[in-house]
Amino acid sequence: MTVSLVLVIVMSAMYACAVYLLLERSLTRVLLGFLLAGNATNLLILIMVGEAGVAPIFDESIEASEYTDPLPQALILTAIVITFAVSSFLLALIYRSWRLANADDVSDDADDLALRGGAVLIAAEETLPESSTTDFPLEGEESR
Amino acid sequence: MLVLLALFGIAALLLAPLTRALTNRVFLVAALVPLGAFGHALVVGPGILSGGPLVERAAWVPQLQLTLDLVMDPLSWVMTLVVTGVGALVLLYCAAYFRSDSEGIGRFAATLTAFAGAMYGLVLSEDVFLLFVFWELTSVLSYLLIGHYQGRRASRGAALQALITTTLGGLVMLVGLVLLAQQAGSASIPVIIAAAPEGALTTTAIILVLVGALSKSAILPFHFWLPGAMAAPTPVSAYLHAAAMVKAGVYLIARFAPAFAETPSWREILVVLGLATMILGGWVALRQTDLKLLLAYGTVSQLGLLVVITGWGTRDAALAALALLVAHALFKSTLFLVVGIIDHGAGTRDLRALSGLGRRAPVLAAIAALALASMAGLPPLFGFVAKEAVLHALLVDALGGADLAAIAVAGVVAGSALTAAYSIRFFWGAFATKGGVDDVEDLDHVGPGFLLAPAVLAVAGLALGPLAALADAGVAPSADGLPAGVAPSAPSAPSGSGEVYHLALWHGPTLELGLSLLAILAGVAIFLAREPIARLHARVHSPVSASELYWDVVGGVDRLAVRVTSLTQRGSLPFYLGVILVVFVAGTGATLLIGSSGPGEVRLWDTPAQVAIAVIMVASAVAATRAQKRFTAVLVVGVTGFGMSALFSIMGAPDLAITQILVELVTLIAFVLVLRRLPAQLGDRHGSTRKGLRALIAVAVGATMGVIALVAAGARTEAPISLAWPELAYEIGHGRNTVNVALVDLRAWDTLGELAVVIAAATGVASLLFIRGRDDALPRPARGLVRRRVEQRLDRVREQGRPGELRNAWILAGPSLDPRNRSILLEVVVRLTFHATVVVSIYLLFAGHNLPGGGFAGGLVAGLALVGRYLAGGRYELGAAAPVGAGAVLGTGMLLAASTAAMPLMLGADALTSAFVETELPVLGHVEFVTSTIFDVGVYLVVVGLVLDVLRSLGAEVDRQADPVERAIAAAGSAPAAVSPPAAAGPQSEGRA
Repeated sequence: MTVSLVLVIVMSAMYACAVYLLLERSLTRVLLGFLLAGNATNLLILIMVGEAGVAPIFDESIEASEYTDPLPQALILTAIVITFAVSSFLLALIYRSWRLANADDVSDDADDLALRGGAVLIAAEETLPESSTTDFPLEGEESR
Repeated sequence: MLVLLALFGIAALLLAPLTRALTNRVFLVAALVPLGAFGHALVVGPGILSGGPLVERAAWVPQLQLTLDLVMDPLSWVMTLVVTGVGALVLLYCAAYFRSDSEGIGRFAATLTAFAGAMYGLVLSEDVFLLFVFWELTSVLSYLLIGHYQGRRASRGAALQALITTTLGGLVMLVGLVLLAQQAGSASIPVIIAAAPEGALTTTAIILVLVGALSKSAILPFHFWLPGAMAAPTPVSAYLHAAAMVKAGVYLIARFAPAFAETPSWREILVVLGLATMILGGWVALRQTDLKLLLAYGTVSQLGLLVVITGWGTRDAALAALALLVAHALFKSTLFLVVGIIDHGAGTRDLRALSGLGRRAPVLAAIAALALASMAGLPPLFGFVAKEAVLHALLVDALGGADLAAIAVAGVVAGSALTAAYSIRFFWGAFATKGGVDDVEDLDHVGPGFLLAPAVLAVAGLALGPLAALADAGVAPSADGLPAGVAPSAPSAPSGSGEVYHLALWHGPTLELGLSLLAILAGVAIFLAREPIARLHARVHSPVSASELYWDVVGGVDRLAVRVTSLTQRGSLPFYLGVILVVFVAGTGATLLIGSSGPGEVRLWDTPAQVAIAVIMVASAVAATRAQKRFTAVLVVGVTGFGMSALFSIMGAPDLAITQILVELVTLIAFVLVLRRLPAQLGDRHGSTRKGLRALIAVAVGATMGVIALVAAGARTEAPISLAWPELAYEIGHGRNTVNVALVDLRAWDTLGELAVVIAAATGVASLLFIRGRDDALPRPARGLVRRRVEQRLDRVREQGRPGELRNAWILAGPSLDPRNRSILLEVVVRLTFHATVVVSIYLLFAGHNLPGGGFAGGLVAGLALVGRYLAGGRYELGAAAPVGAGAVLGTGMLLAASTAAMPLMLGADALTSAFVETELPVLGHVEFVTSTIFDVGVYLVVVGLVLDVLRSLGAEVDRQADPVERAIAAAGSAPAAVSPPAAAGPQSEGRA
């Protein structure tokens, strides 16, 4: 099986552009990166068909190896539609994020930032054996 | 015994519900179970002591060789008596200790009973792993019991501390037990004892087991959890921390001592740590002002002594150890119960606040005095008998020349002196009349029910002294058979000549008696010198406290967790993604470099056209990264999609080419629908930071993927299975289009899964957009006002629409549109092409089996027809074109596909098996039908549903949310008029078209 160098180069370039976009904070760019990555992945699967052949429409006069491999095609067909479904979902997310927060970017997690800033200090529950000298505290002393 | 064990469990389950009816009398019921176990042990006792052990076996997990084997031999018998006897009395005592309205007594009674059951199982387990299960069970239950006062911070902290310490030890012990069982070839304790393996691994295993035992029995350096555990209700202390749980470690040592006392470092570890614990505990006890803490440190001290003598491993030592264990359980439980009564009555346990109790509660004082005398080792109490035996066992070896024994004797005498001193301090602190302290006046009357348990325990300690011979008969059998001594000269000592040591009140004027006397006199002296000793205490404050160390470690772990979290959880999505990708590049790259078979053969291109397409696609992809306007970016990404389509068609994949083009169109439209609500510019605000680093990662990933493609191609050695597909598709699937048959027949399971994903995504889109449900919660003012406003608007629309009434005829929703937004050309085109498009889509669906097309392509074409209607006429037009909900379309599609999968099952075939029918029909001629076509119809409907859902959500719903009238309605809190748009009157207006 041989691969077409041109296709490998296109695929690599699309992956690189996709990753560059995916590492952005803008949700729209992330979605564009997702679409590019989807196309690049379909291309990767397409490369695996090897030599191009005739369309796999069965004809008794054609040898089986002359068809373009139908297995990767079935995978790609499925992938195309799923990519569309998921990118619609991402679009809906973008719209909602814009409508509710007027923002089109992934912001950092506030809790993680607070933790990094040292705002969260976990106090260990220390026991002092001397802290109580009775099992029967008066009302109100209970919750110390 | 198994039945009794089950009874403990059942009782624990039933007690909590019973509490509602019985309140604090539930403890009387609970006490019956351990009492029954105690009675059972008494009855079977003579048989066990004279004959063999009582054995009961049951299978548990046979696959893991885990068994529920219970064995009651003399040692277990004594432990059972202690555990169940004290357990029953403490439960009895609880009935008086807790008020009927105390919080959580049902839970408490259940936990305490379960704990008694766990102890019962622990001392009877024959299998080390069963023992471990009960061991951990006691740790967990003790956690619940110590933390009984959930509202108190100290209580929770102490419970956690005890749990962490004992389970840490328990886990270490488990490793040791596994090693031991592995070496002995069996998990049964008698087998392990009989095999008595030796060697470095055994020594390691034994030391690991000892860590568990020492942590459970609160021996240095694990002793700190026991004083902390005094936050528990006092009955818990009386049971767990005097009689039961802390004795588990001692029991384990006693179990293994016969086989492993000669293991290197066993004796040294136990003697040194035991003595240190005994002296430290006694010394610190002298400082305590809380009576309960005084007892707690006293217990730590006594446990040290127990560990020393139990670990010594001779016959006399084992006898002494068991006697001391029983004596300690009796007097320490008594004392805890007495403290509980004082606390209950006086409201404090602080000996600085207590005065004059001796006169007000003479019976209580007498009971305490008995127990204290036993603790201090005064004759004729059982504590005295036990201590004599301890001294004897050690003296035999010390006189025989064993240095360690001599050290032990000295340590025990010193520890006993401290014990005597804090015993006196307790009595003075609790009952003496002190100058300068007000007498406790308001001590409640102490009823006989309250006094019963401590009285019984104290009297037992008194009675066993004179009856030492009886005690000896019970305790000695478990000690017999052990070596007489460890010193080189010991074998010729008394036992060798046939004279065996027995527990007795009077052995004559022996050295042991002299040492006892010395210890007691020293104890009195220490008590009398309490003022200078208090000053010494204040000065000699230990520089390192184990408890502080514990909290330092716990705090350190917490801080480390925070640091690790803040180091790894940066909270930034690009950061996480970047890390994942770098790991991907590094990991995959390394594998490719080291282990790959090298790239496959490479050809430049199939046709030169590929090069042209490739240039366009790469240029578009790069342009997408640089685009500043949203719409530009979307367009150039779309170009790569169309490029994909071109590649597909060049490479002999027409199905893919068609589907890709259709999807690109629909995606583009969906984008436009959303982007019209977003600012046009993709601003710098959206973080184009660290461009260089991102580009570096991007290039690395792209290159890695390229190498993967080359290597993967070279890795293929077998002919692909798909070579057989075209013929299979035709013969079995009755379709010439191999790809389509693969989707709906050969690989239909995959497609079914994909449909589920599509439905999930479509539902997700809808649920993100339709937030109308929230409006119900808002206030609903002035319904009439809203309706009037809507009608005014609709009137205005109608007036504007009237002059060009003919124009409205092209599409149904024409009149509802603002004339300025209308395109007559578009309306005409849509009007003319809609039905044709739908027909084409159905043709694609059915022709797809033999020609390019199929459910996916057909569904997308039908979806595009709907897109056209929506673009021309807006949301009302869409409603008229697709009067059914998207959910219904999706659901029907899935139902069809799934039923194609399920139907063959009912007919006895495999799921998704297809059937083939061909017949001659009058007009259509020769007709072939494969059942997988029904599956394809399902695919078609799901895809139509997906497009419809996208249009309804991203199109119609976004419109509605942007519509000023709708906004007014949403603000007003209801939308009654808006749901009946003009287009709903579609059928009537259609006549005009």
